[in-house]
Amino acid sequence: MLGRLSWAAIPLDQPLPLYAMGAVGIVILIVLGIVTVKGWWPYLWREWITSVDHKRIGVMYVILGLVMLLRGYSDAIMMRTQQAIAIGDAQGYLPPDHYDQIFSAHGTIMIFFVAMPLVIGLMNFVVPLQLGVRDVAFPTLNSVSFWLTASGALLVNVSLVIGSFSRASWWGYPPLSELAFSPDEGVDYYLWPLQISGIGTLLTGVNFVTTILKLRAPGMLYFRMPVFCWTALAANMLIVAAFPVLTATFAMLLLDRYLGMHFFTNEAGGNQMMYANLFWAWGHPEVYILVLPAFGVFSEVAATFSGKGLFSYRSMVLATLGICILAFMVWLHHFFTMGAGADVNAVFGIMSSIIAVPTGAKVFNWLFTLFRGRILFTTPVLFLIGFMITFVLGGLTGVLLAVPPVDFVLHNSAFLVAHFHHVIIGGVVFGALAGINYWFPKAFGFTLDEWWGKASFWCWLIGFYLAFMPLYVLGLMGMTRRLQHIPDPSWRPLLLVAELGAIVVFLAILCQIVQLYVSIRTRDQRRDLTGDPWNGRTLEWSTSSPPPAYNFAVLPRVETIDAFSEVKRKGLSAVEEVYEAIEMPRNSPIGFIIAFFATFTGFALIWHIWWIVILGLLAAAVTVLVIGWSENRQHEISANEMAHIEQARLGLGRPA
Amino acid sequence: MTVAALDTGLSAVPTEFARGRGGGGPASTRTVVAYGFWIFLLSDFILFAGLFAAHAVLSGNTAGGPTGAELFNLRNVFIETMCLLFSSYTCGLGALSAERRQPRRFLIFAALTLVLGAAFLIIESTEFAGMVSKGAGPSRSAFLSAFFTLVGTHGVHVTGGLLWLIYMVAQVVAKGLRPHVLRRLLCWSLFWHALDIVWVGVFTLVYLMGAR
Repeated sequence: MLGRLSWAAIPLDQPLPLYAMGAVGIVILIVLGIVTVKGWWPYLWREWITSVDHKRIGVMYVILGLVMLLRGYSDAIMMRTQQAIAIGDAQGYLPPDHYDQIFSAHGTIMIFFVAMPLVIGLMNFVVPLQLGVRDVAFPTLNSVSFWLTASGALLVNVSLVIGSFSRASWWGYPPLSELAFSPDEGVDYYLWPLQISGIGTLLTGVNFVTTILKLRAPGMLYFRMPVFCWTALAANMLIVAAFPVLTATFAMLLLDRYLGMHFFTNEAGGNQMMYANLFWAWGHPEVYILVLPAFGVFSEVAATFSGKGLFSYRSMVLATLGICILAFMVWLHHFFTMGAGADVNAVFGIMSSIIAVPTGAKVFNWLFTLFRGRILFTTPVLFLIGFMITFVLGGLTGVLLAVPPVDFVLHNSAFLVAHFHHVIIGGVVFGALAGINYWFPKAFGFTLDEWWGKASFWCWLIGFYLAFMPLYVLGLMGMTRRLQHIPDPSWRPLLLVAELGAIVVFLAILCQIVQLYVSIRTRDQRRDLTGDPWNGRTLEWSTSSPPPAYNFAVLPRVETIDAFSEVKRKGLSAVEEVYEAIEMPRNSPIGFIIAFFATFTGFALIWHIWWIVILGLLAAAVTVLVIGWSENRQHEISANEMAHIEQARLGLGRPA
Repeated sequence: MTVAALDTGLSAVPTEFARGRGGGGPASTRTVVAYGFWIFLLSDFILFAGLFAAHAVLSGNTAGGPTGAELFNLRNVFIETMCLLFSSYTCGLGALSAERRQPRRFLIFAALTLVLGAAFLIIESTEFAGMVSKGAGPSRSAFLSAFFTLVGTHGVHVTGGLLWLIYMVAQVVAKGLRPHVLRRLLCWSLFWHALDIVWVGVFTLVYLMGAR
């Protein structure tokens, strides 16, 4: 009846996860209680859960990413603490099995459910506004994408209370991840959620490539698009070209585990090295899926806050597209030690070094943009400067690791851990936080508090360096990654510094929470009534903050790069506007419904509850049939209605 | 700063930026839908590329089990291939009839496509059943895992395509060839042709090269 699921799946013998989940459960109950008591459900259902508005979906993605950041961070501090105390004779507080689950969950969550939602959220919110259009190409599909991602995040977290998570790390290498060595549900808790959220991400890629290439305001030629749109285009092309490989690879591993096939097994001719190749054929482009949009954010921030256009726009675009192509030619550097031979390793080592060239070109673009600019040292600019220094250093350690003989020494050491945290925190996290600070007023109509934002930045920067510089040294001293117990007491001082760094990062997250709280409390003093708080250069700043559902009453016409600053330069004349009726997509519960069934189906697949699997698939099929039959998912806003909304909106504090 | 001001601040777009050079404003729904579906199909090709790669790596790993040369019946595979290729031809004729708003002709070609597609599936499932009964199922060796997964994934796509076609026929009958039905038909025919392209790869790499 319930497949492999039984009471044994609840970890009653491990108090730690139970207490943690109890606390999380109480918080969730309190939130749900407040929502119910205040009667917010109809509002939430109407305005958020069923919304197909790209801005709302973007905000929900970012919220998902930030909430999951707390989960991922909890894993991190637990690992740091274990390594800081389990030295020599001490065994620490985490048994090996639990520790293995924690590092697997940390990587999985941070990549798939923190970094991805943050960058996809920013792209969702910003890209249609920057392109000067009213929504993405397929708004309902966009909602499906979001809810499938949320479904995956939920399933991964269910493993905390029901059953256990994978111990095979965030990349799940076979043969460890095969049934013979991971017989329980752990690896399935890794594979199915990632399959579900992977479909969501793939659909996002399809949606955004189509949007950027086919839906732009009149006059928005390719070489007039803001750089963030270019980086979003590159990232989404990478999603379309890379995520299906991950889906295929996981499908093969699932077939091995569920139907006894032999893709990656030890027996019957399976080949584990193929998994490593296929996984990283997705995994390396994934790095650029994450970091390219961050580069885009920094390009916007650098141009806006130095009060001049981006230095050498075309070289920035070409560098972005160059990285987009090179991203597929370096995957083997993740396993130089596997034994592909000196010639193959040399080719991939050289390619990996070459990819640093366009990245380096970008750094000069940002530097020369800032050079002789009237720089305003706002929170996003601090993140930009912190990013440039941190990312260049992290990139250099990457070039070091790209040299195969060096990699043979440093492979799987703490040095490597330090390297990729260096570029991901310094690049993606700083980029996402800069973007959130930069576009927050556009999303909510008031600016974020600068003091707490800067405090958060300094804590992030100092915390990061304290936490990860010691790991470089420890790696050179011979410390391998994923140690549940530290054999060498001489590593203790550096591990304590790293622990201190993790605590400072906690302060940074705390500062962000306070920043949000303070900003919301004082929102009346920090309203953005002009829609353009930073003297922005691109079209998103030309509409009000927050923008109306349709973004632009009349689609803007674009003549140059930095279209909005050109308008402001030429001077403005407000005239009576002629409104036309427009069609906007109607709200739809389809995304939520599909994700609802996907969650149950995924859970049932993990636990081999076949009747729920069949019911879930049937329900999904019926949903698809219903969507496939329906005709008009648009509703019309008449010219009159539009004039009404616009007058009310423009009258609100805007000088006519 | 208002939207109104923005609009007047930027003058009208010169004609040289008309549609096709990217400056003509948002494309039509039909273009957007077909384009988006093409991008999706490209991603589907990449999924197949992963499976093809796995097959290429594992095709020699028979683990003492039967090889492709012992299992494949090229005569059947040829008939199967012809069924699928001709179904693409009838699919194309059906799409043309739909574009010309000739629902009866469309239904005839849809029926032909359905029959040919079903014949393909019957031949394929007979082949699979025969192999499994000979003890050459997907869990026999890595080669057979890769074979069944690659060819089976294509078969699942064909099955999905046929169900989709039946659903589209129902929509044509119930609603007629309205614009949104035509858009979906366009996507379906792109899908059906894409399966042909994948099959050309399967036929060549799996069967012809595997039967040697």
